[in-house]
Amino acid sequence: MIRRSLQLLAAAAAVVAFAAPAAAQTIAITGGTVALGDGSAPIPGGTVVIRDGRVVAAGQGVAVPAGAQVVNAAGKWVTPGIIAGFSRLGLADVDAVAGANDQSSDGPFSAALDIAPAINPNAAPIAINRAEGVTRAIVAPSTGKSIFAGQGALIDTGADGQPVTRGRLFQYVELGEQGAETSGGSRASAHALLRNALREARQVGAGTAAGRSEAGLGQEDPREDPVVANPNENRTYEARRNQDVLLTRFDAVALVPVVQGRQLLLVHAERASDLRQVIALKREFPRMRLAIVGADEGWTVASELAASGIPVVASALTSLPNSFESLGSTHSNIGRMRAAGVKVSIGTINDDEQRMSFRARWYAGNLVGLSRLPGAAGLSWGEALAAITSAPAEAMGIGGDVGSLRPGRRGDLVIWSGDPLDHLSAAEAVYIDGVQQPLETRQTKLRDRYRTLDRGVLPEAYRR
Amino acid sequence: MNRGLIGASLAALAVAGCATTGAADKDDGERVRVASDPFPSTYQRYPGAPVVVTGVTILDGEGGRIDNGQVYLADGKIQAVGQTVAAPAGAQVIDGAGKYVTPGIIDVHSHLGDYPSPGVEAHEDGNEATGPARPEVWAEHSVWPQDPGFSRALANGGVTALQILPGSANLFGGRSVTLKNVPARTMQGMKFPGAPYGLKMACGENPKRVYGDKGGPATRMGNIAVTRQTWINAKAYKRKWDKYEAEGGDVPEQDLAMDTLKGVLEGKILVHNHCYRADEMANMIDLSKEAGYKIGTFHHAVESYKIADILAREGICSAMWADWYGFKMEAYDAIRENIAFVDRAGACAIVHSDDANGIQRLNQEAAKAMAAGRRAGLPITEEYAWKWLSMNPAKAMGIFDQTGSLKPGKNADVVLWNGNPFSTYTRPERVWVDGALMYDANNPRMRPVSDFELGQPGEGDVK
Repeated sequence: MIRRSLQLLAAAAAVVAFAAPAAAQTIAITGGTVALGDGSAPIPGGTVVIRDGRVVAAGQGVAVPAGAQVVNAAGKWVTPGIIAGFSRLGLADVDAVAGANDQSSDGPFSAALDIAPAINPNAAPIAINRAEGVTRAIVAPSTGKSIFAGQGALIDTGADGQPVTRGRLFQYVELGEQGAETSGGSRASAHALLRNALREARQVGAGTAAGRSEAGLGQEDPREDPVVANPNENRTYEARRNQDVLLTRFDAVALVPVVQGRQLLLVHAERASDLRQVIALKREFPRMRLAIVGADEGWTVASELAASGIPVVASALTSLPNSFESLGSTHSNIGRMRAAGVKVSIGTINDDEQRMSFRARWYAGNLVGLSRLPGAAGLSWGEALAAITSAPAEAMGIGGDVGSLRPGRRGDLVIWSGDPLDHLSAAEAVYIDGVQQPLETRQTKLRDRYRTLDRGVLPEAYRR
Repeated sequence: MNRGLIGASLAALAVAGCATTGAADKDDGERVRVASDPFPSTYQRYPGAPVVVTGVTILDGEGGRIDNGQVYLADGKIQAVGQTVAAPAGAQVIDGAGKYVTPGIIDVHSHLGDYPSPGVEAHEDGNEATGPARPEVWAEHSVWPQDPGFSRALANGGVTALQILPGSANLFGGRSVTLKNVPARTMQGMKFPGAPYGLKMACGENPKRVYGDKGGPATRMGNIAVTRQTWINAKAYKRKWDKYEAEGGDVPEQDLAMDTLKGVLEGKILVHNHCYRADEMANMIDLSKEAGYKIGTFHHAVESYKIADILAREGICSAMWADWYGFKMEAYDAIRENIAFVDRAGACAIVHSDDANGIQRLNQEAAKAMAAGRRAGLPITEEYAWKWLSMNPAKAMGIFDQTGSLKPGKNADVVLWNGNPFSTYTRPERVWVDGALMYDANNPRMRPVSDFELGQPGEGDVK
C-alpha cells in the first residue's frame, strides 16, 4: 500500500512538473505548415490530430474532433519528431568521464551485450536533444574487443524515465577499418570472425527444430545439423561445440536471431570494397536482414546498393578523406545514393553521436542547399525531412510505428517557430507519444542564471 | 606590390646574421640579433581581373550593411563599396541579385596542415607532447600544404585566412602561424605576409591528462605552477638580452623557447590561450598580469558568459563554438547563448572551429549563435553577427589592418554567397583572395585538388 501511494505521488509530481496532458487526450494542432515526414512537400494550413498517443490524421481538411484540445500553430511548422538515425544518445553524460560513459565494453561479452539497461534518460544530452525536437533515437553500442558491439535499441527522449521503445532492435558489427583493428589488424580477419560467429550461431539456432526450420536448414544436412536429436537435450551438442569455438555461448545465442533474420544486423562500413562485401553477405546468409551505417563511398557503388535493397544510414556532410576508407567522401554522397534508388537516411556516424543528434536537421538543410549547386547532388526539402524522420525508421524496420505523421504512428511531433531545417528556427513544443514534453535543460537554466552579471544580494548559486 | 611582401623582405634583411648559441665572442659595436622571421613568407597574390558585383546584399564585416549594393575589386584590393560604385568599363560585372557579399571568413583556431586528412598517426603533427612547456616549437613546421582540408574550408566555407595553432596537450604549445587559404607547394607560400606570430597556451584538462602520468603537472595547481615558473625564467632571459642590447658585452645564449616568450613579453607575439572554465580564465588573467603579458584571446571559452564583464574590462577576446558541449567536464556548462552574451557585455566575440569539418560551416555556426541570442531577447542583426567571423578574428590575429572587412584599400578577401549566408541552404559561389578568384562553384576547374587527392576516388569532385 505504502509503495502504491508513493508511486501515485511520484506520478502526480511528474504531471505537475511537466504540465503534460494525459496521453489519452485528443489533441488537434491546427493552422501550421504541416510536413508529414514521408518525403512529401509541406502542407500549408494543415491539421494534425493525435488520440491516445497515436496520430489519427494529418494534412489539409482534417476535421478537429469534438472535445479535442486545440493547439493553434498558425505561422508555425509542424513535423514528426526528429529521429536520430544513428546515435549513442543516452550512453554518455560526459564522454571523457569513464564512469559517465557506457558506449563500449572491454569485458568478456560482445554480441550478447544489450544496450537498453545502460540508457540513462536523465543524461544531459537526452534533454538537450529533446529540446531540439529529437524525439526518438537509434542507439548503438560501440565495439570493445570484438567486431560485435552488441544489441542496440530504439529510444524516446521523453521525460518520463522510460526511454526504451524497442530493445534489442539490432545487432551492431564493425566491418571496416575499426573492425579490422579489433579483430587482429586486417579485414580478412574481421570477415573470418564474422562468418565463424554466424556459423556458430546457426549451429546453436539449429539446435531446435523451430530454429532449423527458420534457418532454412535441411533435416539431413550433417554439416548444418549436428547430432542434437532432442532439442532439449543439448549435452551432446555442447561437447562437440566446446572443441572449437570463439564465441561465448551467450554471444553465440545472441546471434541466432541475426542469422535467422529475426533481428537486423547493422553493419558499419565506409569503403566501396567493404560495402560490396556487405552486399555479398546477403548471398551467403540469405535470411539475414542487413542495414549499413556509414557508406562514405556509397555513391561509388550506388547502383549495387540500390539493387541489394539494403538501407543505408549515412553521415550527411562528410567531405574529407579523413581515413583511407573514406577517400571518396563528398557532400553529394547521400544525394547521389538517393538518386540511384538507395534507401538512404541521415545519422551521425563518428560525429559526436553521443550528444549532437540535433544537428541532423541542419545537415538535412545543407543537403537541400546542395541540390541548388551546379554539379552537386542533394535532396528535395521533403526528402531531406524524410531522411531524418521516416527513412531511418524504415531502415530499422519500425517505419510502421514511428517517423511520420501517417495515421497509426506514435504521436511524436514538434511545433517549430519556422522552417525546421534552418538555423533560425527552434522547437517550441515537443510531443512524444502524444505527451507534451518539458524543454528546459541545464543549458537553459545556466542561461537564465547568467542572464545578468550584476552583483546581487546573494551569489549566483542562489539564483534558480 | 603587396604591402606585406615589402614588410617580409625588410624583416628578412634585418635578421641576416643570426646569433650563434653559446657565443662568447665580443661584439664590435654592432649587436648580434636573433632572427625574428627566419621562415619568411613567399606568398604572392595571384592575378585577378577587376570585378564589380552589383545588386548584392553587402555585409561589410564591421557591422555595416548595404542592400542592393555594389562592390568593386581590383589590383588585389577592395576599391569601393557602396550603393553604387564607379568602376572602369572593362571590369567584369557579376549580377549579385539575391546573393550576399561578405569579407572572407577568418578562422582564429585551426589545425589544418598540422592534423591533416587523412588523420593517420603519421600525420599527427600538432602536439609536441614531450614536455609540458614547449614554446620552442612552431606550428608552421608541421603544416602540410597538401592537406585537402584547406580547399574544403575555401570552397564550402568561404574561409580566406586562418591561424594554425599547435595543440593543447602542452601548457605552452608553441607558436602559431597565420595562412592565406591559397594552395601552395610550401608553407611559406601560404604564410600571411606581415601577420604577427601567436603563442598557444593551454590550461585545464588537457595538460593534466597528458602529463599526469608523465612527471606532471597532474593538477590544475600544477599547471599554474609550471606556467608561472616558465614566465619567471622568460623574464630572466629577457633581462639578459635587454642588458646586452643596452650595454653590449657577452652575447647571451639563445634559447628558442625563451625567444618566443620574450616576444610575448615585448608584445610582438599574441597570446592565444586554450581555456574553458570561467574560474580558470580568471586565474590566467591574474597570472598574465604577474608575468607581464597580455592575453589576446581565450579559445574554446565555453564559460565566458559567466565572466563576460571581466573579459570586456580586460579587453580579451573569446573564441567560441556555437553548440559544442559535454565532451569533457570543462565543456559541461556550455550554453547556446555564450557568443551572444559575451558580445552583449561589450567583449570581443569570435566564432572558431578547431575542426576540419566545422571550418566548412562557420557561417552557419554564427547563424546558430545569432538565433540563440535573438531567442534570448538580443536583437542581433546579420551584419552585426558577421563581425564574429571576420573583424573580431582579424583583430585577435593582428591582421585587421590588412583584411577582415570590406573597406577600400584592404586586401580583397571576399566571398559571394549564393544566398543568405546564415541559411543552411547557402553555399559560397565565388571566393577571392587578394582579388584573385580562388573558387567558383559554377566552374569545376576552379576547385583546388591537392596532390593527395589526385588519382583518388572523387578527385576534384564537389565536396
